Amino acid sequence: MSKFRKKEKKGVAAINTASLPDIVFMLLFFFMVTTVMREVDLKIAVRVPDATEAEKLENKSLVSFIYVGEPLEAIFGTEPRIQLNDQFKKVEDIQDFIAQERDAMDENDRNKMMVSLKVDEDTKMGVIVDIKMALRTANALKISYSSTKVDKIK
Amino acid sequence: MADIAFLLLIFFLVTTTMDVDTGLMRGLPQLPDKDDLEQQDEIHDRNVFVVLINKNDELLVENKPTSVFDLRELAREFISNPNNAANLPEKVEKDIPFFGKIRVTKNAVISLQNDRGTSYGMYIKVQNELIAAKQELRDNISMQQFGMKYSELDEERLDAVKAFYPSVLSEAEPKAIGGRN
Repeated sequence: MSKFRKKEKKGVAAINTASLPDIVFMLLFFFMVTTVMREVDLKIAVRVPDATEAEKLENKSLVSFIYVGEPLEAIFGTEPRIQLNDQFKKVEDIQDFIAQERDAMDENDRNKMMVSLKVDEDTKMGVIVDIKMALRTANALKISYSSTKVDKIK
Repeated sequence: MADIAFLLLIFFLVTTTMDVDTGLMRGLPQLPDKDDLEQQDEIHDRNVFVVLINKNDELLVENKPTSVFDLRELAREFISNPNNAANLPEKVEKDIPFFGKIRVTKNAVISLQNDRGTSYGMYIKVQNELIAAKQELRDNISMQQFGMKYSELDEERLDAVKAFYPSVLSEAEPKAIGGRN
């Protein structure tokens, strides 16, 4: 008689999943809050030039940045200054900086190292020439002139 | 509740733009060894495309004052030398995979020299035009040969197209006619 067999078929009771979204959200927020993006406080004004041939920088962990531009605060003068990480530096410091960045990298990635120059477009080339020379001496030969991708230059 | 949270999440995901870094990729030349300094290849005049920028951001291309907007066309003509002109780079026969034996401007060199007083903006403009000229040529030839854009080619074809238009951009040590910096 089917009336009695029905009861035997019943398996394990299903777990209540109503609170699953809450758990997922909690995890999501936890990771969102604990992840820190490395950001550099810019002490200089940088307006990068436009270029039509700009390519995307792949793999940001291999890229080191060098910033050049006019200091934001007047007490540092109006001459373009070089900023590495969070500090003003001189051209002579670039070699050490590159060596440091290279040491921090995975050994296999060291030859893929790239240096991105974020330079204000009104800067004179003199500084850049010196930086390029320092980079050559430090054997960091892959560089990227940071620029905004546009369809047509003015 | 969950629906509202998801809606918010998706809204912010869509509206937030992370600024992607873009830039002109270039390679710097290796510092020459002291022994190498002696031996220098002679480069014929017709194989060199000289671009000079002075401290007032004016361009001198092959001894003619030029606007930056004409530079791309000039550079393209120089790299490809379509009519085999005598004042443009000589064509050398070369065996390239996919293309076979073909005559290319193998020895062409673009020489760029700026002043210490040149503005960075102008320098990038010039670099951009030179890269663009080469890129356009490579795009054209890969479209012709493979029916694909240069950026979509696989490794082997990429190398073939690269060999078709080898690009050498040489940057001379800048002069400081306009004074330091």
